[in-house]
Amino acid sequence: MDKLIHAHGLIKRFGDFTAVDGIDVEVRRGEAFGFLGPNGAGKSSTMRMIGCVSPPTGGVLKILGLDPRRDGPKIRARLGVCPQLDNLDIELTVRENLTTYARFFGIPRKVARRRADELLEFVQLAERADSKVEPLSGGMKRRLTIARALVNEPEMVLLDEPTTGLDPQARHLVWERLFRLKQQGVTLVLTTHYMDEAEQLCDRLVVMDGGRIAAEGSPRELIERYSTREVVELRFAAESQEPYAEKLAGLGERLEVLPDRVLLYVDDGDEATAEVQRRSLMPASVLVRRSSLEDVFLHLTGRTLVD
Amino acid sequence: MVSLVLPRLASWKGTVFEGSGRRAASVTERNISCLRSMYWVVMISGFVEPVLYLFSIGIGVGALIGDLRLPDGRLVGYAEFVAPAMLASAAMTGALSETTFNFFGKMKFMRLYEGMLATPIRPIEIALGELAWAMVRGVLYSAAFLVIMVALDLTTAMRALAMLPATVLVGFAFGALGMATSTVIRSWQDFDLIASAQFALFLFSGTFVPPGHYPAPVRWLIEVTPLYRSVDLTRALSLGPVGPRQLVDVLYLLALLAVGLTLAGRRMGKMLCK
Ligand SMILES: Nc1ncnc2c1ncn2[C@@H]1O[C@H](COP(=O)(O)OP(=O)(O)O)[C@@H](O)[C@H]1O
Ligand SMILES: [Mg+2]
Repeated sequence: MDKLIHAHGLIKRFGDFTAVDGIDVEVRRGEAFGFLGPNGAGKSSTMRMIGCVSPPTGGVLKILGLDPRRDGPKIRARLGVCPQLDNLDIELTVRENLTTYARFFGIPRKVARRRADELLEFVQLAERADSKVEPLSGGMKRRLTIARALVNEPEMVLLDEPTTGLDPQARHLVWERLFRLKQQGVTLVLTTHYMDEAEQLCDRLVVMDGGRIAAEGSPRELIERYSTREVVELRFAAESQEPYAEKLAGLGERLEVLPDRVLLYVDDGDEATAEVQRRSLMPASVLVRRSSLEDVFLHLTGRTLVD
Repeated sequence: MVSLVLPRLASWKGTVFEGSGRRAASVTERNISCLRSMYWVVMISGFVEPVLYLFSIGIGVGALIGDLRLPDGRLVGYAEFVAPAMLASAAMTGALSETTFNFFGKMKFMRLYEGMLATPIRPIEIALGELAWAMVRGVLYSAAFLVIMVALDLTTAMRALAMLPATVLVGFAFGALGMATSTVIRSWQDFDLIASAQFALFLFSGTFVPPGHYPAPVRWLIEVTPLYRSVDLTRALSLGPVGPRQLVDVLYLLALLAVGLTLAGRRMGKMLCK
């Protein structure tokens, strides 16, 4: 039994509104799997179905080989969940948040205390063990929520936007901890709208938009399939970038016009830059970079990930 | 430093007693572990209130009223008549304060139950666990009040012992009712309505006046309210005699408990597991 998640034609509706519109997902043991998509793509709705707290409206869903409709408690006993919004217990201390949560899984008190101390060490909150939750920074709360998700030694950890709203330093700390978990063979399933997060952490991911899956693969595969090796970003000092697009025609494989810049998809950025100059177009700035998942998303949906 | 997560799997699993009871108990346990000094203040105020009523009305006004004739013809002091009613309403108040105001806050604002529901715990088990907690609180009120009743010679120690489990039942029934109500409430303002309803029950459930003194339709109305059934039970246990009526009281309260709990569990599931 190596498929921890098996979803086929999975649907979630809220009234008339379809939040998840027939997705197929398979996650294998030991993988780090991601859902990459903008706000409203249906990522959280999907995660809540996987976490067995939201019943699917249609389709097939098997978690750890079991049926969430029948075996919710049994499945949840083996999952760790870090929801999009922290829901720590504000009436308890940092350590008590872990020990109390452990008790919900039926973990004996002594074991709970030991694990709480280990986990606080792991997420670097040991010095704050006796503090209340409220005064913690956003990053600390997030780390505590992650620690809480690990208290039952889960086979699979679900992380819904683990670093949204954190400053860069706090994000890196979280990434580093998640990377450690991954190295230890824990199956990670995460959602994000940061392409760098997806690239850093995910072995495999799906690009999600409007409740559907637009593409699936490893970050590298997706970039190879849907983008070129390099991208030239040109900013023209003008109201509209549109007129320049015409003059750039034929340059590179593809071209995207954004409100504030033009993206040229090419194999060799420097060569393309030289050609731009040859055509005597005078961009205010030129940036040559490698393709990223952001470009994949733009290509697939015509929109940027973060607006 | 940490050899985390997978390697130690199953180190404790298997030794764990797993089931609804265990999971509900862990919800109760959570409340016990966040008992802090401030909370005692809240708890004491809930205890003081019925004692004040007992002294001011039972004993104070009772001195003006003198003795009261029970339906079976016996004469009892007014304080003796009022005390078991104060006991029942204290059990009601204790259970309601925990399952309305506090429960609603945990559900809506602390989002506490969302966290719990990501574990094996199910909505009905949260309801059960919270109810058990409300009972812990209720039993403390009741026990303290019973000690006062015995000390003032308003009942005997043996009868007080019989009343304690009755107050547990009363608390459970009102707790379940309060919890079910909380799941349909939308805002804090609605609690004013609950408070008014609670006060009306407190005044008119045969607490201060035997319901036989009201006109028949009013009496019938009173006799189907939960606090009346509770008072009927505790008063019979305190003053005697106990008869088939008390069986009705017990069945009524059990039914209220079952219906309230089921409703609360269902509504919580609907709201939290969308
Ligand atoms: N409980 C709900 N009731 C109604 N609509 C919802 C509910 N939860 C989510 N939605 C809607 O479903 C869509 C997808 O939401 P969500 O799964 O949270 O997306 P994401 O996590 O990708 O931002 C959004 O348009 C959101 O408004
Ligand atoms: Mg989301």
